[in-house]
Amino acid sequence: MLSIRDLHAQIGVRKILKGVNLEVKPGEVHAIMGPNGSGKSTLASVLAGRAGYEVTKGTAHYLGDDLLALEPEERARRGVFLAFQYPVEIPGVNNAYLLKAALNAVRKQRGLQELDAFEFLALIKDKMKLMQMDESFLSRGVNEGFSGGEKKRNEILQMAVLEPKLALLDETDSGLDIDALRVVATGVNSLRSPERAIVMITHYQRLLDYIEPDFVHVLSDGRILRTGDKSLALELEKRGYDWVKQEASAA
Amino acid sequence: MASTPTDLDALVAQKYQHGFVTDVESDTLPPGLDEDVVRVISRIKREPQFMLDWRLRALRHWQTMANPDWAHLRIAPIDYQSISYYSAPRAKTDGPKSLDEVDPKLLATYEKLGVPLHERARLAGVAVDAVFDSVSVATTFKEKLARAGVIFCSFSDAVRNHPDLIEQYLGSVVPYADNYFAALNSAVFSDGSFVYVPQGVRCPMELSTYFRINAANTGQFERTLIIADEGSHVSYLEGCTAPMRDENQLHAAVVELVALRDASIKYSTVQNWYPGDENGVGGIYNFVTKRGECRGANSRISWTQVETGSAITWKYPSCVLSGDNSVGEFYSVALANHYQQADTGTKMIHIGRNTRSTIVAKGISAGRGQNTYRGLVKILPSAEGARNFTQCDSLLMGDKCGAHTFPYMEIKNPTAVVEHEATTSKIADDQLFYSRSRGVSEEDAVNMIVNGFCKVVFKELPMEFAVEAQNLLAVSLEGSVG
Repeated sequence: MLSIRDLHAQIGVRKILKGVNLEVKPGEVHAIMGPNGSGKSTLASVLAGRAGYEVTKGTAHYLGDDLLALEPEERARRGVFLAFQYPVEIPGVNNAYLLKAALNAVRKQRGLQELDAFEFLALIKDKMKLMQMDESFLSRGVNEGFSGGEKKRNEILQMAVLEPKLALLDETDSGLDIDALRVVATGVNSLRSPERAIVMITHYQRLLDYIEPDFVHVLSDGRILRTGDKSLALELEKRGYDWVKQEASAA
Repeated sequence: MASTPTDLDALVAQKYQHGFVTDVESDTLPPGLDEDVVRVISRIKREPQFMLDWRLRALRHWQTMANPDWAHLRIAPIDYQSISYYSAPRAKTDGPKSLDEVDPKLLATYEKLGVPLHERARLAGVAVDAVFDSVSVATTFKEKLARAGVIFCSFSDAVRNHPDLIEQYLGSVVPYADNYFAALNSAVFSDGSFVYVPQGVRCPMELSTYFRINAANTGQFERTLIIADEGSHVSYLEGCTAPMRDENQLHAAVVELVALRDASIKYSTVQNWYPGDENGVGGIYNFVTKRGECRGANSRISWTQVETGSAITWKYPSCVLSGDNSVGEFYSVALANHYQQADTGTKMIHIGRNTRSTIVAKGISAGRGQNTYRGLVKILPSAEGARNFTQCDSLLMGDKCGAHTFPYMEIKNPTAVVEHEATTSKIADDQLFYSRSRGVSEEDAVNMIVNGFCKVVFKELPMEFAVEAQNLLAVSLEGSVG
């Protein structure tokens, strides 16, 4: 589904990704871990198409297409979803409006009929229950005045509504207390399916207690140094990242 | 002054003797402005003596005045002697013969705005004799108003049929000496609207220039007078979201509102005159004086405007709050794209006790547009317990446009409570990226963000107007990103 080969990217003259390789198949859940500044968020941003990053080398293919050649909205319509580390506030634009516009853009791409307001409301109500969100939130401005936890839950709600094929979760666990983390994890787990791949970027093992990954990758200094199963995350929790770097440089 | 329609020909001929050249086909006075021109206008309109006298006083005053230059605008000098000040309603032969002859760009705009087909021809100035749906609508509409006792007619009709009301109220809110453009308008105004709502009557429908027959020919110096008698209520809609064909570059309109005790007037404007092309060539100069007086206790005047058109906008819809407990409101969205310039805002003059005013102004600048908010809150010593709240926000798109804010406050009573909030923001790249990463196109994302910014103003507009205003903003911002 997602095939990244020798990906190099930089901001200005600062090189951040220095040859990332990653294969993600449908149904898989991948966790990308690594120390601060290792390039985790850059990887997510480059895949979603955020401006300001220059890809200098390498490729990323999504369902056989050159992902990097597509506009961000085109990626989204084809089923790529990025849950933001810092969801953006858009004052005066209500949540329901953005979400309906987004859903209809995706549906149009999939050859489905666009939903009207009533059909949309019916669809979203169940999903909101799952995320334990009050209906009043629909008429509030996009992320406007939301707490950190509300913003993250809103991201997962959007994911639940848009039903992406490839979901990139950028530090979705950061800033969440344990209750909010559980709600978010329940939401993500409910979206696991054989057709959908999930790539989680996180600092901490604790998210992986709730969302069990098939693969854990360690990203450090712009490269994936080690790949393992969920036991790798536990080992990282105990031993930190330095031993991975040392082993990699020894090899 | 006794004159009949047949005098028109004689009059035109007579003027010819005085050196005028008259193009018979278009019935347009030759360029230039002096007392003779004013006399001709007044005679053509068969006005009573008091009107002519008033026009002449205005002209004489105007001749002593200088073009104002205090606004934050760059205006090429206007040669007032090169303008023709009267043009008879145009013959139905000088416009395009059918929609096929109309500029396809204009038609594309109508399409995007969702203007009904039969409307497009009228707006584009197509000379067709077909009876539009709107005519029959207008007829039922007039009957309904007549039953309620509401007078709604052209200003010229009002001068002839209700001279007492005109004499009593004309210039009572905007005196002819008020400012340069008001004086000019008072001398030469062509036509406009007149509304009188009798005591205790709630006007049964929104009044709109659209329904007033001949509204298309009110010309460049429009004059509107609305009187809401005690305990009455009226909502008036001016303008149209669709761009209108117009050959006059200078528009200097005057609008006067009078609200008597317990009366309320809601005045909504959507202005979309030709803004010039993307290089700043052409476009309308829109120099408007709009003012309402809350003359009676507990009265209320509310201005809502969406200004997207014109090359230059100079406009400050204001409220004089004379009556105790009266309320003035101003809600504005002004957009300046390409080379457009807007200097707009309001004045709230608090005179009565416990008077309240609210100002919400949203300025959007894009391209090389320059957008200025200019507002005055004046609290006189008599205005015990007055309150004002002002919020003015600017949104910038790109790095070649400008937003400017000039709030003035004159507080002469220590019990006044005045609040002012102002923000300036750019459409942030991360807002755009966030929306796009949800599948929304860049253009739709810009529209969504801008509409969110304007939401508090749009909700003051009558429902159907609000929807049109949103579409209008979208069309006006086309191509401003990317």
